Order: sequence, then C-alpha cells, then structure tokens
Amino acid sequence: MLEIEGLCKRFDEHLVVNDLSFTVQPGEVLGFLGPNGAGKSTTMKMIAGFLRPDAGTARIGGADIVNDTLQAQSKLGYLPEGAPAYGDMRVDRFLEFMADMRSLRGELRRQRLASVVHDVHLESVLAQRIDTLSKGFRRRVGLAQAILHDPDVLILDEPTDGLDPNQKHEVRKLISNMSAEKIIVISTHILEEVEAVCSRAMIIANGRLLIDGTPLELAKRSRLHGAVTLQMKDSGEAVAALQDLPGVVTVENDEALGEITAIGNGSQNLLASINDLVRERSWPVDGVYQKHGRLDEVFRSITREALT
Amino acid sequence: MNAVTALFRREFHAYFATPLAYIFLVIFLVLTGVFTFYLGSFYERSQADLESFFTFHPWLYLFLVPAIAMRLWAEERKSGTVELLLTLPISMWQAVIAKFLAAWSFIAIALALTFPMWITVNYLGAPDNGAILAAYIGSLLMAGSYLAIGVCISATTSSQVIAFIVTVVVCFFFTLAGYPLVLEAFRGWLPDTLVQLVASLGFLSHFEAIKKGVLDLRDVVYFAAMIGFWLYAGAIVIDFKKAD
Ligand SMILES: Nc1ncnc2c1ncn2[C@@H]1O[C@H](COP(=O)(O)OP(=O)(O)OP(=O)(O)O)[C@@H](O)[C@H]1O
Ligand SMILES: [Mg+2]
Repeated sequence: MLEIEGLCKRFDEHLVVNDLSFTVQPGEVLGFLGPNGAGKSTTMKMIAGFLRPDAGTARIGGADIVNDTLQAQSKLGYLPEGAPAYGDMRVDRFLEFMADMRSLRGELRRQRLASVVHDVHLESVLAQRIDTLSKGFRRRVGLAQAILHDPDVLILDEPTDGLDPNQKHEVRKLISNMSAEKIIVISTHILEEVEAVCSRAMIIANGRLLIDGTPLELAKRSRLHGAVTLQMKDSGEAVAALQDLPGVVTVENDEALGEITAIGNGSQNLLASINDLVRERSWPVDGVYQKHGRLDEVFRSITREALT
Repeated sequence: MNAVTALFRREFHAYFATPLAYIFLVIFLVLTGVFTFYLGSFYERSQADLESFFTFHPWLYLFLVPAIAMRLWAEERKSGTVELLLTLPISMWQAVIAKFLAAWSFIAIALALTFPMWITVNYLGAPDNGAILAAYIGSLLMAGSYLAIGVCISATTSSQVIAFIVTVVVCFFFTLAGYPLVLEAFRGWLPDTLVQLVASLGFLSHFEAIKKGVLDLRDVVYFAAMIGFWLYAGAIVIDFKKAD
C-alpha cells in the first residue's frame, strides 16, 4: 500500500505542494494530472525519497520514506522527469549497473535483465551509448531501469513523453499487464492515456488536490456529459422547443456546423425525450447522438477555476 | 555485488569512458619527470633518494586533482542523474564515499605508474626503500585531501568548469596556508591564535617531513581529518542543494 500523508513542500516562499494526502492500493493505476507547475513532479520526488518533505510523509508498503528511506526505496521503482541516465554508459552496462545497485544476483539478475530488455524493446540499442540514443529510446531505458527489480510500487513521471504511437501503445500495454499486483502512479499530460490505463485519476493545481475518482466519474463532471446533439439547421422553433424540455439547462446552436446541442443538468437522461420531440415535430434531422464527457474539458474547467 | 561496490566500479570505469583518464595519466607522468629531472636537479644532488620527485607533488596535485574531482557531483547534477542515484537504495554517505574512493583509486594508479622513478634510483644507488614507500603513502594521503576538497566544491555547482576553478583556488590556499603569502593576508584582521590555526593547516608544512620519507602520525591524522571534514561538508552540501 502507498500512503501519502499531509505532504507539503515549499520553495522559497512558494507553497508548491500543499497538504496532499491519499492512499493507493495494489491493483490501482493512478493518473496524476495537473497543469504545468502544479507540483506533480515535486510530489513524486518526495515519494521517491529525493526531496525531503517540509511536512508529512509517504509510506511505501509500511516503510516510511523520511525515517526508513532505504527500506522504502528498495520497494520502489522510479522514473524521474526527463528520464536521466548516465550518458557515458552503454545501455546494457547501465542496466547491469542498476541491477547491481538493486542487489540482484545470479539467475534472477540474468532473467530480470533479459525480461526488461524484451518488454521495453531495447534489443536493437543494447550496445549503444546512452547519450547517442533518441529521446524515445532514452525514455524506454529509464522505464526499463524502473521496472528492473520488479518493485511493488512504480512512480513514473511522464513515462510516454516522446514515444512514437506504437511505443506509447506498447508502454500502456506493459503498464496494464503489470498493474494487477502493483501500485502504479503515473503523471501525464495525455488525457487519452488516463482513459486507456488508469483506474483512478487525480487532478492537482497549485499543489492542492482538486478531484479524485475513476476516469469515468471525472468525465461525468463535464458540462457536456449526457448532452444531446441534433444535426439539423434550425428552422426557428427547435432551439425554443428544446429549451422548454424538462432537464435542459442551455441550448447551443452552432450554425456553421449545423448542430444544435441541448445541455442538461446531468441528472436526467435527455435522449429519450428529445427523440420523442423530434418524431412529434418531424424535424429534418440528419443525426442524433449523445455526448460523453471529455476529460480534457473537465480538466480545463476544473483547473481554470482553481487558478483564478 | 552490493551497491557501494557497484557504484565504485561505475565511477572508476567512467574515467576511462572518455579520453580524460589517458590524458591525465600522460600529463601526470610527463610532469613528474620534468619536475624531478629538470627543476628538482635529481642528478646534481647525487643523493639516492626521491626527495626531488616528491617535492613537486603538492604543485602537481594543485592542478591535476581538481580536474579529476570536478565531474564527481557537478556532472550528476547537470545531467539529473543525481535524482536517479539518490533514489536508489544507497545512502548519501555510501554514495559520497564510493565516488571518492573511485577517484582516489584512479589517482593511486597514476602515482603507481611513476614506478620507473623508483627503479631508476635503485639502479643508481642504494636508497632507503622504506622511506620511499612512506613518502608514497603520505603523498597519496595528501592527494586524498585535495580530492576531498574537490568533492565538496563539485557538489556546490552543476558546472564542471566552475568546480575546477574554485577547487584550484581553495586548494591553493590550503597548499600555502603555512607560508607568509597567505599568512600576511590574515595577520591584519585575525587574532594571532587564529592565524596560528591557519598556519597549521598548510599542506606544504605537513608534507615537509613526508617527502623526506618520515611518516609522522600527526601528519597522517591531519590529512585523514581533512578528508573526513571535506567529505562530510560535501554530503551536507549535496543534501542541502539537491532541489536546485
Ligand atoms: N528546485 C526548485 N526551486 C524552486 N522552485 C521549484 C523547484 N522545483 C520546482 N519548483 C517550482 O515548483 C512548482 C512545481 O513544479 P513541478 O516540477 O512539481 O511541476 P509539475 O506539476 O511536474 O509540472 P510539469 O507538468 O510542467 O512537469 C513550479 O512552479 C516550479 O517552478
Ligand atoms: Mg513535472
């Protein structure tokens, strides 16, 4: 279990992480979201034992990162922001070095090295110096070292940044495959990634937790969640008629696109009543569809509120 | 392999990953030769000892050891690997010591490669080999002190160039601390007891007996204490400036 308790970090006079508390259970993949400068990386650095919190602590499988640092760190795999690695080393030598630093020995060491090289697809660059690698390959080397010792807890700061679409897909698959018995925390700016791999998402801004829930719960917070769009030209009466339906809050008419969208308050299903209305009035409609809330829209509205 | 050994090996190999190691070794060996035979009047003294060889060690170390030390932490900070290193299950202390020992071992190798000097003097006469060994050990200890200063200063910056220059300046001060050049600068405004203290910190003064082959316990303690103090200060600096 990963327990974060009252974590605070101050840089100069600026409170960058402000009393953050949460718990993550094995099997959960937590997506850590927030605008640039929200304090995501700072939080991860504290969980990984690099920065000392000004207040609060993190416990990794019961081991306190502040008082029992080495014990806690041994249970942790960490990909720092930007995936730093020793540029003067070859990929294979670097991974062997990391295996030694993790005190892996003998058959297990050999087997883990082979396994991560295969999982992260590093076969083609094993003999290359790290500072000659492309950005995506560097990120993959960073990912490989983080999962090398098969840790219980993985902290990955933007693991898919700079990867090509195929590799993004591969890495997401890898994360999903590992997720069953592990605790995984990833930070990302790619919201479709949250929907693809995370079982839980948190949005922070100015170091404060704004919202915490499943990606679906978050999406439901969207103004547009459950809204119904009609593809038709407004003959004059449609907007007014829709406006009068029970449960409809606003109606937006996009003349250029030829779309009319009825936005509800989220408590009522509008689709049935709108379908009835369309049939009753025999409007010339090309299509009717219901919208799902979009995470990016929720992200924008929630963080904009917090930042103003 | 445990983490300290692994880090030691990585750091040691890192010197040989670039041409730096070979350049350093060549310069070190050429300069020891030049100093000993030209400036040190090795032949003219007609003595079967290596004093003219050891006399110049502080001056060699003054410029060459900072070049070895500068990358130790500045490079980690520049490339961000310090974050990787210090989130591995290895304590700050172990990391500082493993890196120090790797650099020190490299200097030990450079020193060991001066063995032709020892062969030459044995060929020409019958020197006191015990005294020569003692001087070698003392010289290595002094190199460790220069190196420890470099470790601490390398931890304060992410620029290797700045680390090098500042280390040379600080090392210059400690080299000459017992001599009028430095002491005069302090005499005006420091109480006499403190000036005495500064005077007792000079590398040259503590190397005086060692270069003649006399390994006095007080000098050994002095250099060991210098190493301990500067490594301790280095660990504090790294901890303090980690976030930057
Ligand atoms: N060492 C430091 N000294 C001073 N301020 C810092 C330091 N490190 C981070 N900050 C500040 O703390 C805030 C949070 O930074 P952090 O890197 O945690 O953001 P983030 O959420 O990871 O952003 P991004 O999405 O851009 O990666 C920023 O305003 C940053 O400028
Ligand atoms: Mg970040």
